[in-house]
Amino acid sequence: MIALLIFLIPLLGGIISFVAGAGKKAAHTVFVLSTGALLALTLLGMTSWDQPALQRFSAIWLSSLGSSFSLALLPLGKVLCLLTAIVYFLLALYMTNKVVDRPAAFYGWLLLAQAGMMGVFLAMDALLFYFFWELALIPMYFLCSIWGGPRRIAVTFKFFVYTFLGSVLLLAGLIYLQSLTPEKSFALDAILKLKLTTAQQSWLLWLVLPAFAIKLPLFPFHTWQPDTYEEAPTPVTAVLSAVMVKMGILGLLRWLLPFFPIAAYQWGDVIMGLAVGGIVYASLIAWRQDDLKRLVAYSSIAHIGLMGAAAFAANTLAIQGLCFQLFAHGINILGMWLLVDLIERNLGTRKISELGGLAQHSPTLTLFMIIIALANIALPLTNGFVGELLMFTGLLATKSNYYWVLAAVAGLGIILSAVYTLGMIRSVFYGERNAVTGKPVLVSVPEQLVLFVIVLLVLFFGLFPQPLLDMTKEYAEQLFSQVDISYLFRKF
Amino acid sequence: MQDIFQLAYWIPLLPLLGALINGLGRQYLNKTAAGLLGSGTVLGSFVLSLLTFFQVKAGHSEVVTYFNFIDVASLRIPFAFQLDALSSLFLLIITGVGFLIHVYSTAYMHEESSAQFARYFSYLNLFVFSMLLLVMGANYVILFMGWEGVGLCSYLLIGYWFKNPAYTAAANKAFIMNRIGDLAFLVALFWIITKTGVVSFQEFFNFVQQHQFTEKFSATDITVITVLFFIGATGKSAQLPLYTWLPDAMAGPTPVSALIHAATMVTAGIYLIARSNLLYSLAPHTLHLISWVGLLTALLAASIAVAQNDIKKVLAYSTVSQLGFMFLALGTGAYGAAVFHVMTHAFFKALLFLGSGSVIHAMGGEQDIRNMGGLSKKLRITYLTFLIGCIAIAGIPPFSGFFSKDAILLSVFLHSPLQYVVALFAALLTAFYMFRLLFLTFSGRFRGTQEQAHHVHESPLAMTLPLMVLAVLSIIGGWVGIPAVLVPDAEALSHFLSPVIPMQSHIVSHETEYALMALSTGLVVAMVGAAWMRYRNYQPGKPAPAFIQLLENKWYVDELYQKLIVRPLALLAAWLRTVVEAKGIDGLVNGVGRAVQYSARQLRFVQSGQVGLYVLLMVLSMALLLIVQFFIRK
Repeated sequence: MIALLIFLIPLLGGIISFVAGAGKKAAHTVFVLSTGALLALTLLGMTSWDQPALQRFSAIWLSSLGSSFSLALLPLGKVLCLLTAIVYFLLALYMTNKVVDRPAAFYGWLLLAQAGMMGVFLAMDALLFYFFWELALIPMYFLCSIWGGPRRIAVTFKFFVYTFLGSVLLLAGLIYLQSLTPEKSFALDAILKLKLTTAQQSWLLWLVLPAFAIKLPLFPFHTWQPDTYEEAPTPVTAVLSAVMVKMGILGLLRWLLPFFPIAAYQWGDVIMGLAVGGIVYASLIAWRQDDLKRLVAYSSIAHIGLMGAAAFAANTLAIQGLCFQLFAHGINILGMWLLVDLIERNLGTRKISELGGLAQHSPTLTLFMIIIALANIALPLTNGFVGELLMFTGLLATKSNYYWVLAAVAGLGIILSAVYTLGMIRSVFYGERNAVTGKPVLVSVPEQLVLFVIVLLVLFFGLFPQPLLDMTKEYAEQLFSQVDISYLFRKF
Repeated sequence: MQDIFQLAYWIPLLPLLGALINGLGRQYLNKTAAGLLGSGTVLGSFVLSLLTFFQVKAGHSEVVTYFNFIDVASLRIPFAFQLDALSSLFLLIITGVGFLIHVYSTAYMHEESSAQFARYFSYLNLFVFSMLLLVMGANYVILFMGWEGVGLCSYLLIGYWFKNPAYTAAANKAFIMNRIGDLAFLVALFWIITKTGVVSFQEFFNFVQQHQFTEKFSATDITVITVLFFIGATGKSAQLPLYTWLPDAMAGPTPVSALIHAATMVTAGIYLIARSNLLYSLAPHTLHLISWVGLLTALLAASIAVAQNDIKKVLAYSTVSQLGFMFLALGTGAYGAAVFHVMTHAFFKALLFLGSGSVIHAMGGEQDIRNMGGLSKKLRITYLTFLIGCIAIAGIPPFSGFFSKDAILLSVFLHSPLQYVVALFAALLTAFYMFRLLFLTFSGRFRGTQEQAHHVHESPLAMTLPLMVLAVLSIIGGWVGIPAVLVPDAEALSHFLSPVIPMQSHIVSHETEYALMALSTGLVVAMVGAAWMRYRNYQPGKPAPAFIQLLENKWYVDELYQKLIVRPLALLAAWLRTVVEAKGIDGLVNGVGRAVQYSARQLRFVQSGQVGLYVLLMVLSMALLLIVQFFIRK
C-alpha cells in the first residue's frame, strides 16, 4: 500500500498542479505540500510501517501480455525513494519566492517526473518498469525544451535521441526476455528464474545495457549530459543529476546484473574499463571548463563512472558502497547545483573566468561551497568518503585480472577531483573582487535552511554512515546469491 | 586514575568545539573571546594529554571504542582511539607546542578584523583536532581521517589571505601534492582490507605476525603495503619527490608555518611508519628505499637552504631536510630515534619559526635576510631564543638536537658507513645555513630602510613568552634520550616507547660512540665558525656564482614538474575537450541526430523540438492499452 501511495502522491500532486495551479503562489504551494507529504510518508514507510505486506502492491494490468501492476518497496528502492523525496522537498523549499514562467506546468511536470521515478524504483514488472522509465523521461523533455536556455531545442533533441535509442533497445530486450519465460510473464521473479545460456546472456546484456549506460551516463555515452545540464533550468538539472541518473544504477542492479551474471562477469573488464577510463577523461575535461554548470556536469560524470564500475565489480563491498553513494551523491550534487544557481541568479553569470573574490562578500556561501566541495572530493568525515572507500576496496577485490589497473586508474580521479574542484574554488571564491562580483550573493532564509540541511546530511552520514548502510546490508550480501547459475556449470 | 582514558575523547573534542564556536560565531565574538577560546581549548587538551601521558607511563594502555563507523559484510571499522606510548607522546607534542603557537597567534594576528581573527582560530583549532585524530585513531581509517584533515586545514590556512592569488595557488599545490600521497595511502589501505579484512592496528599486526610470508600475507603484500604507505608519507612529510609544497606553504601566517612544520602535519608520515614499525621490519627493501629517499631529501633540501634569502624559506627547507633525517632513521630501523627527533625538532623548529615571525613582525613584514642585520641589540629575547634554536638544530651538546641527531647518526653509521658520510655532510650543511641565517639576521650592520630602523621593536609578551618556553625545551628536551654511554639509567624515551617500538640493542664500543660524537660536534663547530667568518659582516651586492644561483632557484625542480607534468596534462585535457569530446564523440552523435531529424522531417512525422510528443504518444498508447485491457477483463 505504501508503495502505491509513494507513486500516487506525486502523480496526483502533478495533476492538481496542472488543474489548480493557475495562481502564482498556488502551484508552488501544491509543490511544497505534495513533496512534503511524500517525504513524510516515505520516512514513515522506512521506520514504522515496514511490514512486508504494507510495502507491496499488486493489481491486474496488461494480463494478456503477462504483465501486472506490481510494486514493492525493497531496500535498494527504499534508499532511492528516500533520496528522491528529500531532494524534491529541499528543492520545493529552495524555490520559495522564486519566479517561474508558467508555474502550474513547471511544477506539474516536475511532480509527474517524480511519480515516474518513484515508479521506476518500485516496479517489480519489466513492462511496468519500462512504462515508468518513459513516464519519468517525458516531463524532462518538456521541462528542458520549454524552460531551458537559448540552445534548448537542439540540446533537448540530442537528449531525446540518446535516451530514445536506449529505450527502444531496452524494450526490445525486455520483450525478448518475456518471450523466453515459460508462462510468458514480465514479472521480475519470472525473468530471474530463466536459465539463459552464456551466449544469450551476452547479447542480451548489450541490448539492455545502452539504456542504463546512457542514463548514468557511462563514457562514451555521455555527451548529452553536459549540454542538457547546461541548458536545463537549474532546478531541473538538479533533479536530473541528483535523482534521475540513479534510475540507470537501479536498472543495472535490478534489471541487468541479476539476469545476466555470467555475461556481466565476462564483459566486466570491458565495462569497468570504460567506466574508470571515463573517470579520468571526465575529470580532465572538467578541469578545463569555464562554465560552472558544465564543470559540475563533468564532475558528476566522473563520480558516476566510479559507481558504474562498482556495479560490475561483483562483490558485496562494492555494492554496499554503491548503495551508499547513490544517496550521498544525490545530496552533494543537489547542494552543488543550488550553489551554482545562487551565484547565477545573483551575479548574472556562471563563467568561472568572470567571477572571483566571492569569499569577501559572501563568507557563508563560501563555507557552504567548501563543505560541499569537500564531500565532492570524498574527504573523510563527509558522506562522500564512505561510499568511495567501500567502492574502491570492492574494485580492488574484484575477480578481474586487471583489478590493480582499474583501481589505479580510478584512483587518478581522487587526485584530479581535487585539482578541478579546488581550482574552481580558487577562481570563483578567492582572489580580488571585480565588476561582476562587486555585490554580495544574497542567500535568503529558506535558501540558507536548505543548504544547512544539506551540509548537515553531508556531515552526519560522514560520521555515522551505519544507519544508511544497514538499509542495504542484506540486499548487498544477497545480490550475488539470489541468482542460481549452477546450471551453467553442469553442462561442462 | 584509570578513568582518564574514559575522558580521552575530550582531547580532540575540545579543539573541535573551539573550531565550531569560533567558526560559526565569528561575527559575534570579539578578538579576546576568540583568542581565549582557541587557546583555552588546546590548553584543556594539553592538560588531558598530560594526564593520559602519566597514565601510560604508569604502564597502562588501552583501545577505547566508541561506535561502529562502518560495519558491512566482513569489514568492521570501529571508531576507536588508541592510547599508548607512541600516541601519548605525540599528544603532548601536538597540544603542548600547539598551545604555545595559539598563544603566540593572539598577538601576531592582532591586526586582523575580529571576524577574520575568529576564522583564523577556527582553522587553527581544526588543525589541532585533525592531528589529534590522526595520532589517536586505533585503525588506519581513523588515522586517515586525521591525515586528510590536516591536509585540508593546511589548505585553508596556507590560503588564509585568500585575496592573494599566489597564496591560494600555494594552498592548492599543498593539497594536491598531498592528495597524490593520499592516493597511495588509500590503495595501501584497500590492500590491507582486501588481504586481511581488518584495519585496526592490533588486529592487523596480529594477523601479520600469524601469517607473515605465507599464502595469506606474502612478501609481495608486505612490500606493496609498506612502499605505498611510504609514498603517502612522502606527500605529507614533504620528501622526494613530493616535497615542493612545503616551502611554498609559508604563504600562510607565520604561526601556521610553525604549526605545520613542528607540531602537526609533517610529522604524520613519521608517525605512520613508526606506528607500523612491525610491518616495516619485515620489509628490508622498503627500509632501504626509505633510508635513501630520506638521505637524498636531507641533502637536497640542505643544499637549497644554503642559498635562500627569505627567512621563512630557509627554515622551510631546513624542515624538509630534518624530515629527511627522520626518514633516514626510519630506514635504518631506528624508529625510536626518528620519534625522538620529531620531538626535539618540534621544539626548536617551532621556536625558530615563531622567532622568525617575531623578526618579520618587527621589520614590518620584511622577510629578506639581506635587508636585515644587526637586530640582536634591538630584539634581545628574539635573538637569544633564536640563537638557542640554531644551536639546538645544528646539534651542539648539550642542546636537544644533538642527542636526537646523534642517535640517528649512530644508527646510520652501523647501517652503512657510506650513508653516514653523506648524512654527516648534510648535518654540517644544516649548521652552516642556520648560522648563516642567524648572522645575516642579527649580526653586522642594519641593512633595512630608515623607516624600518625606527619601527624595529621587541614583540609583546604573548609572543616572547612562547619563545622562552620553547627555548628552554630546546635546551633540555633532548635529555630524555641521553645515550647510555654518557649517563647511567639513560634512554628514558626508548624505554617509554618500548611497548610500541621494540628497543634496539646496539653492539658498539664506547670508544666508537665517543669518537662519532666528537667528530660530528667538532665539525659542526667548525661550520659555525665558517659561517661566522663569512656572514658576520655581510655586504650585499656581489652577484652569486652560477652554482649558488642553481641552489637559489631550488635546482629548478618546480619548473621541471611544471614542464614535465602540469603542462602536458593541461594540454591533454584541452585536447580531450576540444577535439575528442567536441569533434569526436559529440560529432558522431550530432551526425546521428541530424540524420534522424532529417528523416523525421521527410516523414513529416515530428517537428524538431516536439520530440516529447513522440514519446508521450508512446506512453499514452501503453496507458490506453492498460485501460482497454482492464475493461475487457471485467
